[in-house]
Amino acid sequence: MDRPEIGGRPAHSVAIRVMHWIGVYAMGCMIFSGWQIYDASPSLPFLFPAWTGLGGWLGGALAWHLSAMWLLLADGIAYLLYGFASGHFQRDLRPPRPVEVMQDMGAALRFRLKQHLGHYNAVQRVLYAGVIIAVILQAMTGLAIWKPVQLGGLARLFGGYPIARHIHLATMFGIVAFVLLHVALVVIHPRTLKSMIVTVPAEMEESR
Amino acid sequence: MSGQRNKPAVSTDEIRPELNRLRRRGFLRNLLSLGGLAMLTGCDLSTHSGVDDALETILRFDDRVQAAMFSRRRLAQTYPASAITRPFRFNAYYAQWQVRPVPDNWVFSVRGLVADRRPWTLQALMALPQQGQITRHICIEGWSQIGEWSGVPLGAFLRRVGADLSARYVYFKCFDGYSTSIDMASALQPQTILALDFEQQPLAPQWGAPLRLRIPTKLGFKSAKNLEAIEVTNKYPGGYWENQGYDWFAGV
Repeated sequence: MDRPEIGGRPAHSVAIRVMHWIGVYAMGCMIFSGWQIYDASPSLPFLFPAWTGLGGWLGGALAWHLSAMWLLLADGIAYLLYGFASGHFQRDLRPPRPVEVMQDMGAALRFRLKQHLGHYNAVQRVLYAGVIIAVILQAMTGLAIWKPVQLGGLARLFGGYPIARHIHLATMFGIVAFVLLHVALVVIHPRTLKSMIVTVPAEMEESR
Repeated sequence: MSGQRNKPAVSTDEIRPELNRLRRRGFLRNLLSLGGLAMLTGCDLSTHSGVDDALETILRFDDRVQAAMFSRRRLAQTYPASAITRPFRFNAYYAQWQVRPVPDNWVFSVRGLVADRRPWTLQALMALPQQGQITRHICIEGWSQIGEWSGVPLGAFLRRVGADLSARYVYFKCFDGYSTSIDMASALQPQTILALDFEQQPLAPQWGAPLRLRIPTKLGFKSAKNLEAIEVTNKYPGGYWENQGYDWFAGV
């Protein structure tokens, strides 16, 4: 069953792999510098440890944040355009039916969910679509708190500057939770890491 | 009031080495952190590395983007008096006990590309048409608060002194050692004022007495307190925080 398709498409196209790793770098810069910015005026009763920050001080962290945002924006737009134009989203991220999610979640929790490189199960589709939406929301709330006057309409959409700032923080936690789960699953299935680096043929999907 | 004034603070020159030690320009001082290691393994650790140069280049690009996004006609949201934040938070690059009293014989100096460089007394500024606002002050640290200021619209003042309105920068020098500068377009935005009053009372020293800039279209560090001079110039003037790495345009 795990035999690669002969002459089939790769599990992940070169474009997806390049955009994935650029996105990892850009999002890493945004998260670590964002923690340093948060620490300058925490809105929750905790600080991120200083050793996790990027930038060294508020000015440095903002320089990183307002630089890496362009990389993330370019990578994100390229990914969205590619995702629709190549059929990647339509083929791999079609919304699953709730019953599929329940079945695959149950199987995953019993460690019985089979991995097929190049195919996403229902739980993966929910998580990947969810993190794409979260990153878009993060970009929009980020723009709203960067330019609450010049982009006043966007700031009002999120309830004004202070609330948009809280949503930006909350969405970060959602993205970090995704990253932790994603990395944990990669540790469990290390061959998925290889398929995101080198060309590995997509596997046949079992018919259900 | 003057008998109870806070005692004069140390001069900036006295604390400058300490400030420099604490806040040395450079974005990589804490590179040996998880974020720094993860994002930039193996790069130069000096404070004037290629990475610093790259970040500064991108910040200048950000400034151009911000200038392009800025519209002089777009107004910051205004609020009802009931929305004013109380107590209002003091903020400066020094602690509140270091607030400077207003120097004797204070005047507001006018320099640079202006026709009339005569200094202004407080009485002369008070005689100009005044304008009030209740707007949100947004700190670069992320917190914000709503306050009420009134004073002379900066655009009206610049026209009054015959400033070259095609000049690029308006620079503000403060007697507490602070300084900042803004672009001419933002200086002419109608909500940019030389504030004389805070909450309908003459400015107290901690709120920037006797005269401060209030500019709701920029981050709080641009609203310089305790002004002593204004200069219209085409030469990039920088500012206290800007020279340490805060992004210059700092628009909101």
